[in-house]
Formats: sequence, structure tokens, C-alpha cells
Amino acid sequence: MADKPFDAGAYVDAAAALTGMPIAPEHRPGVVVNMERIAAMAKLVMDFPLPDEVEPGPVFRA
Amino acid sequence: MIDQTSSATQIAQAVSLGSVSALEVTEAALKRIETGNPRLNAFSAVTATRALAEAKEIDARRARGEPMGPLAGVPYAVKNLYDIAGMTTIAGSKIDAEEPPAASDATAVNRLKAAGAVLVGALHMDEYAYGFTCENSHYGPTRNPHDTDCVPGGSSGGSAAAVAGGLVPLSLGSDTNGSIRVPAALCGIFGLKPTYGRLSRGGAKLFAGSFDHIGPFARSVRDLAAAYDAMQGPDSRDPVCQSVEIEPVLPQLGRSLAGLRVAVAGGYFAPPGVEAALEAVQKVAGALGAIKRVDIPQAERARAAAFLVTAAEGANLHFANIRSRPQDFDIGTRDRFIAGSLVPAVWVQQAQRFRRWYRAQMLKLFAEVDIILAPSTPGPAPRIGDDSMPIPGAQLPVRANLGVFTQPLSFIGLPIVAVPVQREGALPLGVQIIAGPWKEAMALRVADALERQGVVSAPVAG
Repeated sequence: MADKPFDAGAYVDAAAALTGMPIAPEHRPGVVVNMERIAAMAKLVMDFPLPDEVEPGPVFRA
Repeated sequence: MIDQTSSATQIAQAVSLGSVSALEVTEAALKRIETGNPRLNAFSAVTATRALAEAKEIDARRARGEPMGPLAGVPYAVKNLYDIAGMTTIAGSKIDAEEPPAASDATAVNRLKAAGAVLVGALHMDEYAYGFTCENSHYGPTRNPHDTDCVPGGSSGGSAAAVAGGLVPLSLGSDTNGSIRVPAALCGIFGLKPTYGRLSRGGAKLFAGSFDHIGPFARSVRDLAAAYDAMQGPDSRDPVCQSVEIEPVLPQLGRSLAGLRVAVAGGYFAPPGVEAALEAVQKVAGALGAIKRVDIPQAERARAAAFLVTAAEGANLHFANIRSRPQDFDIGTRDRFIAGSLVPAVWVQQAQRFRRWYRAQMLKLFAEVDIILAPSTPGPAPRIGDDSMPIPGAQLPVRANLGVFTQPLSFIGLPIVAVPVQREGALPLGVQIIAGPWKEAMALRVADALERQGVVSAPVAG
């Protein structure tokens, strides 16, 4: 995703169509804004390299 | 004398001694709710019949010479995502209002009842806990008792407003990304978000299960501790709730803090433009003699990762309704839920893996310090309807930024007490007292010491 800017509008339209998520025209602008926000957050997360041995650890102990 | 300023522990003591009856305390609380709630819109339902029956049972128990619980006769209310037997659990939504009534009480409600507490009602919240302002478009905004033109914070806004406004001394909320700590700060009261997995979420509706916690609000640390103690213990209803030993905190309050290593979070938690919030942190740090600063590594990425997981898990939970009836969602949550339903799995999985890495870094920090201090919010309560916060030089979007300092911490389930700093002629602010995993007692002892020094306090507002 670092290669070219994320096109939230195109992504929302394509993903919604392919997964069968109907999006009313009046809801679409808000959905796209939120997808842009999510993608910006995702960039921060995806840009940080993690070693393969880091697996999710849902249980937290001292 | 017991009145609206009395603490839960004072009430329990008076009821246990018989200087006041649980019934009198309950009737007074119901009266206060009747007269005070229209101003705040904190309560979504009042459980008067049940409350009077529970109170009479407490009084009957005392008359029979039976032992009184630690919260005997204490009126309390719960965020409306907790199951209350015989009532529909709406979770701030219109959609869930169509559900049948809950068959039984949430585990936390059961345990408070066993401790003698008296349930007086359910409290407003952001729809499905997805928000930091409690401006619910279905049920109207809940108002901040310090200034009713302002939001109380969210998503447990009703829980904070009811306690700050003196309607009840104790309430329960839930915290996924800051939903206890943010409203505690904006309403100027105490809140506890325990370690992830410490208190059972059984019978409490989830939002993003990876981060969902429950916890109490009160106007004193003793009350927080009493409620927390009463709710501890394993529970098979909640797969995340750990079988750890019950560690009563109330008897530990007042113990010496000598040798405690306290540090202030810098970097991400001390950006330009949030001077008032940092002043509140400094006030607390000064009282604790904390001069060390620590940098919490990659906190911004932690917040981003929490944001992603929340979006995906929240959308997963409500997927069927998002697809079939999006128009019935709150306008404040709808578009976020729809967007969340489209998040690629690879992003969410990376966020979960990052969580593990980040937790390891935090555990290293907690080898060097015992307590970390950070602001609860960037600024005081915004006005209802405002889209930006009153922070000089930086107009930050409210909904996206009220949780900027809380989100990276609940992300790895750290126990945190939110303590209130009152300000002359200005709305209150909050400071997070952050401890290592399973060290709630330490965070509560620090909060209690600050309260005894008068550095933090939660007088009834309005």
C-alpha cells in the first residue's frame, strides 16, 4: 500500500460491491471519509516491520 | 447524615449501623433522579420497583441480624449495555430496543447486589459504545453536570454524569478505548479501568471484544475500591475473564508509597497545544514527587492499531444490521460501522500482532517504573454539537481525538485509575494513573494518596 495513494472511494465501491454490502448514496460520503481515516491508521501499522515470531497475544500477564 | 454528597462507603456504614435504612436512602436517590435527571438526561430507565424491593430486603436482613454487605444500601446505576433481568438491554441503540428483555442480570450486577448495593436504573451511552461524547441521536445528548451546555464524555457518559451530578454515588461503565477514563475526566470524577480480563463482562454487551473492559465510577477512591473488590472473581460467562486470585484493595489503601517509582509519560502524551491537560498531570506529578519522564514507544502506532481492531470488531459484531438496516443506526456511528465492515483482514491481523510487540515494550518500561502518569484527554469537555475541542492553536475533531491518550493504553489492557483535577473557574480535567498488568491495587493506592492530599477530588457538581 506504500506504492500508490489509497483511493478510499474506489476501495469502498469495489469492496462493498464484492462483499454484498449495500451502501446508500447518502451514506457513501461518510463511509469514504471513515475509510480514509482507517487507511491512514493502517498505514502507520503496516509501515512498522514486525518479526515473524510476533504473534497476537490476547492474554496479558505480568 | 446521609445526603447526595455522601459516599458509597459512608452510606454502607450508616445502613449497617442502622442510623439510616436502605429504604430511606433508596427513596431519596429515586427522588433526586426524578428531579435531577431532566437536567442531565443521564438515566434511560429507572428501576424503582426493583430498587425498593432490594432496599427492603437489605433492611430485613439487618433486622434479622444477618451480616451486611460492604455496599449495603448503596444506590447505583449501570450503563445501559449491562443486562438487567426483565429489561431490554439497549446499548444506546434503537435496534436493540426491539430485543426481548434480559433473562438474568449481568455478572457485575449480581455481584454488586450480593454486596448489598441497590440498583436504581440504567444510564445513557453512545450507541454501541462507539463514541466519546454521549451525543446519542436516538435518546438525546447527556449533559455535563459542571456545564449542561457541554458533553459529559463517552461512551459511558450517563454513568459519569449521574455520579458527578450527585444522583448516585456509584455507577458502572465500560471502557474499550477510553470510555470510562474520558467521561471521568470531563465530569471531574474517579473511574477505574482494571486490567483486561480482571472483571467479568458476562451479561454486558460487547463492542470490540479484544479491548472491552468493565469498571466503576465514583466520587472517591474508597468507593471505587469497594465496588472493584465486590466485582472481582472468575466467571465462566466471560471467556476473557481470568482465574486470578481475588485481591481486595480496600484494606490496602493508606499503605505507604515509599520507594514507589512514578514517571510522567512524555513524547506522544505531551504534544504542544494541550497545556492545561499537561498542567493537570504536573500537579499530580508534583504531589507524588515524580520527576522522571518516560517515552512510551510507538504510542501513536498503538493508537492506530487499536483504532483498526475496533473498527473491524465493532463492524463484525453488528454486521447483519449494518447490512440490512443501516438507516436505523445512530448517525454518529453508522458510517464508521459500514467502513469498518470493509477493512482488509491483513490490516487487522497486523494490528493484533503489533499489540504483542507493544506489550513487550511496555513490560520493559514497567521493570523501571511502577506508575506512569498521562493526561486523560487533550482538553476539557467540548460543547454539545461542537465538532472541535477548545484547545488553543489546535482545532481537533472531537470524536476522533478525545481518546487519543487513552486508546494506546487500553490497547494492552493496563489497569488505570482516572483521577479528577478540579480547576477554579474552568471545567475539570483528568489524569491517568497507569500501572503494570494486574496492579490495580497500586494505581488505586496512588489515587487514594492524592485524594488524601487534596490534589484530586470529586465534589458533586451543579
